[in-house]
Amino acid sequence: MSTLQPAALPESVNDKTIAEPPESVRPGRRRRKSAAGDAARAITSPWASGLAIVIAVLWTVPTFGLLVTSFRSQRDINTSGWWTAFGDPSAWTLENYRQALAPGTSASLSQYFINTIVITIPAVVLPLFLASLAAYAFAWMPFPGRDALFVAVFALQIVPLQVALIPLLDFYVNRLGFGASYWSVWLSHTIFALPLATFLIHNFMRELPSELMEAARVDGAGHVTIFFRILLPLLTPALAAFGIFQFLWVWNDLLVSLVFLGGTPDVAPITVRVAELSGSRGSAWYLLSAGAFIAMIVPVVVFLLLQRYFVRGLLAGGLKG
Amino acid sequence: MTTTVLGGVGAGIIPEPFLRAESVAGKFFLMFFAIAFFAAVFGLVLFLASLFKGRSGEKWQGVIFVAPALVLLSVGLVYPAILTIIQSLRGRSGEDAFSLSNYSAMFTQPELLLVLRNTALWVILVPLLATGIGLIYAILIDRARGEAFAKALIFLPMAISMVGAGIIWKFVYQYKQTSRPQIGLLNAILKALGFDTQQFLINAPLNTFMLIIVMVWIQAGFAMTVLSAAIKSIPDEIIEAAKLDGVQSFKMFRFITLPSIRAALVVVVTTIGIGTLKVFDIVRTMTGGQFDTSVVANEFYSQSFRFNAPGLGAALAVLLFILVIPIVGYNIVQMRKEA
Repeated sequence: MSTLQPAALPESVNDKTIAEPPESVRPGRRRRKSAAGDAARAITSPWASGLAIVIAVLWTVPTFGLLVTSFRSQRDINTSGWWTAFGDPSAWTLENYRQALAPGTSASLSQYFINTIVITIPAVVLPLFLASLAAYAFAWMPFPGRDALFVAVFALQIVPLQVALIPLLDFYVNRLGFGASYWSVWLSHTIFALPLATFLIHNFMRELPSELMEAARVDGAGHVTIFFRILLPLLTPALAAFGIFQFLWVWNDLLVSLVFLGGTPDVAPITVRVAELSGSRGSAWYLLSAGAFIAMIVPVVVFLLLQRYFVRGLLAGGLKG
Repeated sequence: MTTTVLGGVGAGIIPEPFLRAESVAGKFFLMFFAIAFFAAVFGLVLFLASLFKGRSGEKWQGVIFVAPALVLLSVGLVYPAILTIIQSLRGRSGEDAFSLSNYSAMFTQPELLLVLRNTALWVILVPLLATGIGLIYAILIDRARGEAFAKALIFLPMAISMVGAGIIWKFVYQYKQTSRPQIGLLNAILKALGFDTQQFLINAPLNTFMLIIVMVWIQAGFAMTVLSAAIKSIPDEIIEAAKLDGVQSFKMFRFITLPSIRAALVVVVTTIGIGTLKVFDIVRTMTGGQFDTSVVANEFYSQSFRFNAPGLGAALAVLLFILVIPIVGYNIVQMRKEA
């Protein structure tokens, strides 16, 4: 039955690219679609569709409600529910966003937004550098103690970052003199990302044929050449998969920045500021709603554009917490 | 409290102009400087590695390749973890004589017992509910029209920060007196049905469950994605054979689908369990841990940085670590069984 299913429906084609990890991640995976859900739905179809729609609505309405709220005036927000806003589209306004982003005011989020960008980019690039180097050595270079070290790095994935925070803060402040600076968060995010990054990239590297490496060695290429010329281009999907993970993780992080940066406007990211506003100005919904969406827009766009890589990373066994 | 250390420049290895910047241009300059700096270190490592030649040199090359990652991990994760364990054994302040007082406090002080109870509720309910809903949804939309779009709807909360999710739901739970016009969706529904409105984030123990819903909302998409991929990988022959034998939908699910995706289920439940154990942002954003909603990761932050009890905070961090181990252990045992 399912083998006769026309594969040309746009959504099914699209879905295949989204849901299927590359063969290298899950070797035994079949490319055909299953008949399991088909069987389940054939019998309970109306109920199934109904339930699916209920779940989808429950999952969407909260976000939608706050999104609508962010376009309403301060007075409207506090006197009527967002669901009444559709009656009067002329009352919609961008004022909340203007206020939230206006430079110079104490409520301004623009400087925190820039801090988030400045924090995130090095905190994604740096672990990619270091982890791909280490993963290459673990995968393809024999050296004493290699396997034991790799197991150790792998095992470090289970260490919650909370156990390192207080001593690290002490290092940064008292030994390195970083204090509340970007360097503290760049280094911390890098350190916390390394076990997972090394593990994921190593797995991708092991899947590459060893003949490739051997042929290059015979031609006289050193490890440095092989790493740059042969491996890095082949690794792009793996680097993208981990990169988008780390991007979302760092952009959305609250704890690490809160501990190392506090609320310092010079360096603190937008998550810290929005969380702070939620505590101190919990009923200023005009500000909170716009602020939340300003903080959200970049990761959501990145996520939608690169969903394929993200899912691939998920299925390869990476979820950090 | 961290802001007070701003001026604490000790033996600064990076000069002040490269630490902080107020202007936008300055900030981006710092960013590019940092990337260039790390790229230079990276290049230096590769250069050093290329100096070693021949078979014996290869060993050294390997060591040099892994060295930066290993040094960072030892100095930035392993060593601090050991310090934290020691600190957790030295009283509330983390500087007194060695004792188990922080750990005994956790299991005797009523407010800390409450924290443990809340954490237990989170870790039991979130994986069960998120996995259950994710599984049902994955089955319902499998091969349906518009499957990719339907998936994206459920999946999107994963891209939103937990802070953002906290704000979104705080607004859903917003309270106004019953007589006044409602702005929170949930209370508006209650009022429309003729009930009194509720302070969802203040009334204990209801508030903990309201926070748990937010985490379920975030994690269901993860469960759905992984389980959907697992369902799609069940060989068609098995399904066809079962159908020929007259197996009906519920039995099909119970005896064919469920056993086939067991491994994926274990991964999903344990992964969500570990993530939930460390939940901090949601509690911090929505209640700040007040009104009896605190959990271990939030209490760790409060004790360490607000209540000036770093020893107790350290003990809570170690507790997180200890609690992760059985979950990972269960995962490994199940994977072994599978293999």
